[in-house]
Amino acid sequence: MKKTISRTIVYLLLVIGALTMLLPFFWMVSTSFKTGFEALQTPPTWLPKKLQITNWISAWKAAPFATYLLNSAVVSFVTTIGQIITAIMAAFAFAKMNFFGKKTLFTILLATMMVPGEMLIIPNFVTLSQIHLVNTYGALIIPWLASFFAVFTLRQSFASVPDQLYYAAKLDGASDWKFLWQILVPNAKSSITAIGLLQIIGSWNSFMWPLIVTNTDKMRTLPVGLQAFSSDSGVNYPELMAASTFVILPMVILYLFLNKYVVAGISGGGIKG
Amino acid sequence: MMNNQKPTWKQTLKGWLYVLPMLIIVAIFSLYPIVSSLAMSFYTQYNFFTNQVMALGFDNFKYLWEDPLFHSAVANTLIFVVGVVPLEIIISLTVAVLLNQIKVLAGFFRTIYFLPFVTSIVAISMVWKWIYNKDAGLLNYFLSFVGIHPIDWLNDPTWALPALIILAIWKSLGFNIMLFLVALNNVDKRLYSAATLDGANAWNRFLHVTVPMISPMTFLIAVNAVIGSFKVFDEIFSLFGGQAGPGNAAMTVVFYLYRMFYEQNKYGIAAAAGVVLFFMILIVTLLQTWFSKKHVHY
Repeated sequence: MKKTISRTIVYLLLVIGALTMLLPFFWMVSTSFKTGFEALQTPPTWLPKKLQITNWISAWKAAPFATYLLNSAVVSFVTTIGQIITAIMAAFAFAKMNFFGKKTLFTILLATMMVPGEMLIIPNFVTLSQIHLVNTYGALIIPWLASFFAVFTLRQSFASVPDQLYYAAKLDGASDWKFLWQILVPNAKSSITAIGLLQIIGSWNSFMWPLIVTNTDKMRTLPVGLQAFSSDSGVNYPELMAASTFVILPMVILYLFLNKYVVAGISGGGIKG
Repeated sequence: MMNNQKPTWKQTLKGWLYVLPMLIIVAIFSLYPIVSSLAMSFYTQYNFFTNQVMALGFDNFKYLWEDPLFHSAVANTLIFVVGVVPLEIIISLTVAVLLNQIKVLAGFFRTIYFLPFVTSIVAISMVWKWIYNKDAGLLNYFLSFVGIHPIDWLNDPTWALPALIILAIWKSLGFNIMLFLVALNNVDKRLYSAATLDGANAWNRFLHVTVPMISPMTFLIAVNAVIGSFKVFDEIFSLFGGQAGPGNAAMTVVFYLYRMFYEQNKYGIAAAAGVVLFFMILIVTLLQTWFSKKHVHY
């Protein structure tokens, strides 16, 4: 009896918490289907009286969201692929190879993780202006093609593959390159997927850097475009909620499908700085 | 083993070749800028187009020392950190403990709690902006049930920071819950059985078994949460439409850096603010590490 009561309380608290987490999402979608008049009504209506998609269409047309979407997709995809490739190679060297300067280099790179990225924005902006890359894909992509965080996480996963496997492959005449891509990478598939997913999500949602290095509609990513749209559109909340849904939906869908990798990535990789 | 042998030149060349692609990017966009922004904080006259430095000195730091706006940026950042981190940890630990006790629907709940983590902060800030709306917002509607008069969350300087703190806590819970769940899972179940045999009730088991056993994770989460909170920017920018809140009520160090750099082109001062941010984070992290040596059980 006592157990049933406490179990009920646990579930009750969890449901209340879950509703709090979901409420903003629900409110966003619900508002996006309301008329401007209904949205401002007090008391508010929970569900729109009539489901109408005019806000979605007018929001989509009011700003070049198709361009933003394409930019976000290209930038997230390319940076993720780049980061994975550079991380796989470097993590292999740090986990399995033996070379002069390895420890020193690793320590220096580890120390850079302590520095807040916001501090690096000014010199990076200067660098990119000098090579005339501001407001291009180059500025959005190149600085993010490698991340020591990814190297660090992947190194742990590579290190857990027994060294014997490496020697056996060498005895069989396999080159390092072949061993890396044919044995090590398939072995670490789930951590690579997890790192990739976290990077896609991070890149899709990143704001400050794209805000600084883009200055035309043509180059804006979704979050920056949405921000610009919100200051242009003023207070049309139903349209703004429809536009926010465009931005949020792709990552939510990706997460719902691949959520076990995201969970594994966070629990296994420790922490993302 | 191979890793203990002295490396040959051939191995060294090969190792560096594998590291090279990552290293080029990291060197240009992380290592160089660290040195460069440190140097830039001492540039008092600087032409960014030609990258020419005409004068050096401590004037940028002096400017920060005397600028009341920077003082309030530091104060607001500290208030934000203190407002967010403890609540974030208490709430996420509570939810994680609750989640850890159930089997049915545990995965479902975990998915929901984690949802804000994958969400664009800009987009969800738009939603919160709407929830915080004075006249038609959901929050004031709820508060009206308990007789609280409408609060102008985003335009009243008193409420700007609390509004920001609520949003930040809501957004960060899922990630910390996930980490706490990992730690809770790793606690040896026999410890609980032993404690129960000794007559400990649920609260005592939590206090004397759970809390010490997960303290390394709590430390990790605390450090990470503090660092993250020190760098708050995106949610301010979107919540207050590109401003730092009404009358700069939500001005933080990173927002100050952004304003000096991007809006006013005062690169030296912005870089100096970045250096101050770095040392603030460093000092707090060192304090936390020192504290953890005494209280974390490894």
